[in-house]
Amino acid sequence: MGYVPVKGGTQAIDASIQRIKYERLRGEEIVDIETIMSTMRGMVDQVMSESSLYSPYLAALAIKQAEGSMEEAVFLMRAHRSTLPRPYYSQTVEPEKMFVERRISASFKDIPGGQLLGATYDYTHRLLDFELIQENLDDNLQWLQNYQDQLKQIEAFDEVKYFPKVVDYLREEGLFETYEADNTSPIDVTKQSLQFPTTRSERLQVLTRGQTGAVTSLGYASLRGYGQVHPTVGEVRVGSVPIYVQHPNEMEHSDEDEFYIGEIKVTEVESFVPTTVKNENNEYELEFEIGYGICYGQNETKAIAMSILDQCLEHPESDFPTHDEEFVLLHIDSVESTGFISHLKLPHYVTFQSKLDSIRQVKKGVPTVES
Amino acid sequence: MKANTHFAFFDEGSKKEIRRAIMKAVAIPGYQVPFASREMPIARGWGTGGLQITLSIIGKPDVLKVIDQGADESVNAVSIKKLVHETTNVELTEQTSEATIIQSRHRIPEVPLTKDQIIVLQVPTPEPLRGVEAREFMTKRMHSEDDYSGVWLMLFEQIMKYGKTATFADHPVYVNGRYVMAPSPIPRFDNNKMHQSESLILLGAGREKKIYAVPPYTNVESLAFEDYPFTVESFEGLHCHLCGSTDIFLDELMDQQTGITIHQCNDTSFCMDQLNKKEKAEVQTSYA
Repeated sequence: MGYVPVKGGTQAIDASIQRIKYERLRGEEIVDIETIMSTMRGMVDQVMSESSLYSPYLAALAIKQAEGSMEEAVFLMRAHRSTLPRPYYSQTVEPEKMFVERRISASFKDIPGGQLLGATYDYTHRLLDFELIQENLDDNLQWLQNYQDQLKQIEAFDEVKYFPKVVDYLREEGLFETYEADNTSPIDVTKQSLQFPTTRSERLQVLTRGQTGAVTSLGYASLRGYGQVHPTVGEVRVGSVPIYVQHPNEMEHSDEDEFYIGEIKVTEVESFVPTTVKNENNEYELEFEIGYGICYGQNETKAIAMSILDQCLEHPESDFPTHDEEFVLLHIDSVESTGFISHLKLPHYVTFQSKLDSIRQVKKGVPTVES
Repeated sequence: MKANTHFAFFDEGSKKEIRRAIMKAVAIPGYQVPFASREMPIARGWGTGGLQITLSIIGKPDVLKVIDQGADESVNAVSIKKLVHETTNVELTEQTSEATIIQSRHRIPEVPLTKDQIIVLQVPTPEPLRGVEAREFMTKRMHSEDDYSGVWLMLFEQIMKYGKTATFADHPVYVNGRYVMAPSPIPRFDNNKMHQSESLILLGAGREKKIYAVPPYTNVESLAFEDYPFTVESFEGLHCHLCGSTDIFLDELMDQQTGITIHQCNDTSFCMDQLNKKEKAEVQTSYA
């Protein structure tokens, strides 16, 4: 048969798949799922967050399979998610009940309950640690033992202590408006497609599923001037929250009958944003509003950026693109954006032929337009 | 942790949801029904909309054909076929007439389809008004108000600029006299095949989360003016260098040795059929 540049051909595809396997194996090293899970927390958390599937083990598996490529790992997890039935919605999670590991406020030094620095890179120097090249398990175990011994001497609380929300304290002072809790069931964006204008529940879901880099970039853009939201971080908290589901068939409902199905680690951010509002006398007044961000695992940058975008989208009247919900919500999804960009690698022979035809016809000369 | 994949990949609940959207799409020809598009094992923009439709409607007795750019062997067609086959075990074919479901990117086969077949088209940008209006909120309103002045204006502007309409593939069509629809980036050449089609045409856009349809025997008109009629890609005086067919959509190929441009059937299974027929005829005449 003649020269056919169109076909990839089944054999060529098989060979390509063999080749990618070869590239993964050729280094002759193997990394265990458990190793990824315990040593690459940041990546596992990001993959879980962007794929909106909370499973550190599967996220680690995806990272292994994807050879560490974030977009690929998220893609694998999202595809797996599509095979899972979604039988229940959880009860509303109360972040006040969070088992806090880290909690800071950039707004107030003296927050009720105190600041709890927890584990973070924020206060480290970003110098390459060449000792990690020689890291060995025995030394690590020794260090762990010492650390845990020290911990035992410090821990003194008899009971579980919950930290109050910074904003509650400010509400008492009348600096924030108190809103009635909105208990309408959220719209599940994975079961219903977005319709514009959206509800806040939809916006928050899309933002929290958003690609970490994209959410960060757009949040940053707003901060730099392509937006009108420049917040102060009121509170960042990282910790575990319990998840409960209600019995699906019970008519009567009491908290006692709820099923505890486990806990998830989340990062929650409340940003304080000064906004101008018009009062009854048509005068401008300053008021604080809250931008809210939450995501799986520990990913403070994303949660803060989400809180900025949440506020941006609450105020769509601005001319800036970061305030345009269609612009923000339709472009930050990892799977959607990488998928469509990468589809440009597919052949476009038919559409291009069609373009060629039109351009040639137009160039060929035009019958004079009759007036 | 290891689990076997469910028949046709999805759980039953998901398939039911998508089938409902399809039913609505069939009931309102050309109307874009929003649906909860799932993340698929192939990339968004690589045919996930079509794939979700295929997986939701496919049953064990079905025979599937997948085309990409007119070819059964094209990379993406192979990958989609493989995925459907692995999760359903249905029979695959390259023969257009044998298939009950044909999933396609960018082409409607040259062989006329029958009422026993369903063609599933993959759609990257389902909104025919997107070029006129960026906001989904507004385009939805324009559709509901039957306000298509924007698209007409676009065609008019092309005539003013170029002296003729200069749309590429994906030339917008009026369906059943009501909705203007993007026919998926099929070449203008294939637009007419949608008119009064015997087979059901389902269109799926995964990334944009829309399903729409052209039921059998429905009027589909390509947008055009009386004095500037709709024209298709011209292959006048050209024929396939393999089978000799004319009046079909041709790929333009460059012969690397001679540098001469040659043409070849874009629909590879059609071309193969023609060649087989020719060979058969030759054999018969030589015996006679």
